[in-house]
Amino acid sequence: MKKEKHLTRNEQYNVYVEAKIPKTKNFPTLIYAFIVGGIICMIGQGISDALMAIWPSMSQEEASAWMLIVLIFLSSFLTALGVYDRIGVFAGAGSIVPITGFSNSITSPAIEFKKEGIIFGTCVKMFSVAGPVIVCGLVISFLTGLIYLFI
Amino acid sequence: MKNKIGDQTIKFTNCPRIIGNYAIVGEKEGNGTFKDYYDFILKDDLFGEKTFEHAERKIIEQAISQSIEKAKLNISDIDLLIGGDLLNQIISMSFTARYFDRPFLGVYGACSTMAESLAIGAALVNAEYVKNVVCSTGSHFSSAERQYRFPLELGNQRPPTSQWTVTGAGSSILSLSGEGHKITMATFGKVTDYGVSDVNNMGAAMAPAAMSTLISHFQDTKTTPDDYDLILTGDLGKLGSEILMDLMEHNGYKLGKNYNDCGQMIFNNNQKTFQGGSGAGCSAAVLNSFILKKMDEGVFKKVLFAATGALLSTLSSQQGDSIPGICHAVVIEKGR
Repeated sequence: MKKEKHLTRNEQYNVYVEAKIPKTKNFPTLIYAFIVGGIICMIGQGISDALMAIWPSMSQEEASAWMLIVLIFLSSFLTALGVYDRIGVFAGAGSIVPITGFSNSITSPAIEFKKEGIIFGTCVKMFSVAGPVIVCGLVISFLTGLIYLFI
Repeated sequence: MKNKIGDQTIKFTNCPRIIGNYAIVGEKEGNGTFKDYYDFILKDDLFGEKTFEHAERKIIEQAISQSIEKAKLNISDIDLLIGGDLLNQIISMSFTARYFDRPFLGVYGACSTMAESLAIGAALVNAEYVKNVVCSTGSHFSSAERQYRFPLELGNQRPPTSQWTVTGAGSSILSLSGEGHKITMATFGKVTDYGVSDVNNMGAAMAPAAMSTLISHFQDTKTTPDDYDLILTGDLGKLGSEILMDLMEHNGYKLGKNYNDCGQMIFNNNQKTFQGGSGAGCSAAVLNSFILKKMDEGVFKKVLFAATGALLSTLSSQQGDSIPGICHAVVIEKGR
């Protein structure tokens, strides 16, 4: 009824609020993310090197695949122990962007919604956070495939 | 209309009294500013239950039964239970009401539920339709997180404007007979929406509602902020309180040292909650512990308790709607 009348008032208020809100401190956040993200990548590299040292016949590709599996397991394990979210509070993107963050985003709803049952809880909600990433990944790889077909 | 004054306010001629009150909070809140004032502090957030939803019901149940005990009444003396909570279909409160086997009125005002329950309860008691009324509400951090936000174990960062949902419950018993502080006035708030749609900035979304109710209250009762020892909003948080002070000043009312906010006060600065506490349990626990005890001591004689609520759902914010706010206010005066 009075919707139009309030438009300017709301705009002014939102401009005022936007100027008032505290901003995330970019510099320290970037440093923390860089350090933790870097450590996770170093652990990955370490696992891969160790695997190839133990089994010299293993190819680089095979070692990478096993390394990812180990990282995914470690992240899920730390999520279940309630440690990974604490790392996340400190590291931000540093622990979200690597594959460990992806693993955390699937494990955490799986644990959380177990109380609503295995089917309707865990199975349904498991991809509630990671779902969009998977869908985007599939769509992009499909489109890339199409482009490859024609060039 | 002998009791209505102005546009939105009721004056209670019989002055219902708060004859019993009880506050129970979680571990984190128990380490906060008011740790010496709560009646009970949980050692474990699950409170011996299997799910956080059950734990929320149990803390509300304990708040209600203990407040009845503190008022030296039996459950059968209670004519009506009034309350609500934050979970969908207010399951915590209504499921808890099963155990009491007394008439129940479920209300929803998001985090303003405590003030809303007190206002309705006081009106019914004042009119002598009922004798003893329980007004109660509560919230739980973990059940609210899983309904409104992300899984607990997800390693994400909270934005600096966010607030921390309080695990806690408060319960007050209103009656005409007995001793306690008096509820003398109530102002019912209007739903106010200034177009804020950031779900991580509830303070900014609710501040205009608080302003609307406070201004109406001052106009209706012909009072000024200086007439109160304490003007207390619900859970605007630090940022929301600053915004409210700006908004009020813009409208010619200066909120000075006698203004504070439950959300801003409940956690101390080392607890990393950013803007402070929120949730229905926030204002309920602070009112039923610190505020009423300080009134007992005579530190505050006249308190304007204006709890604020954000009336959104996950669905409305996903569809891009802005967040409407509401604020109900009651005046509590020292009596005993």
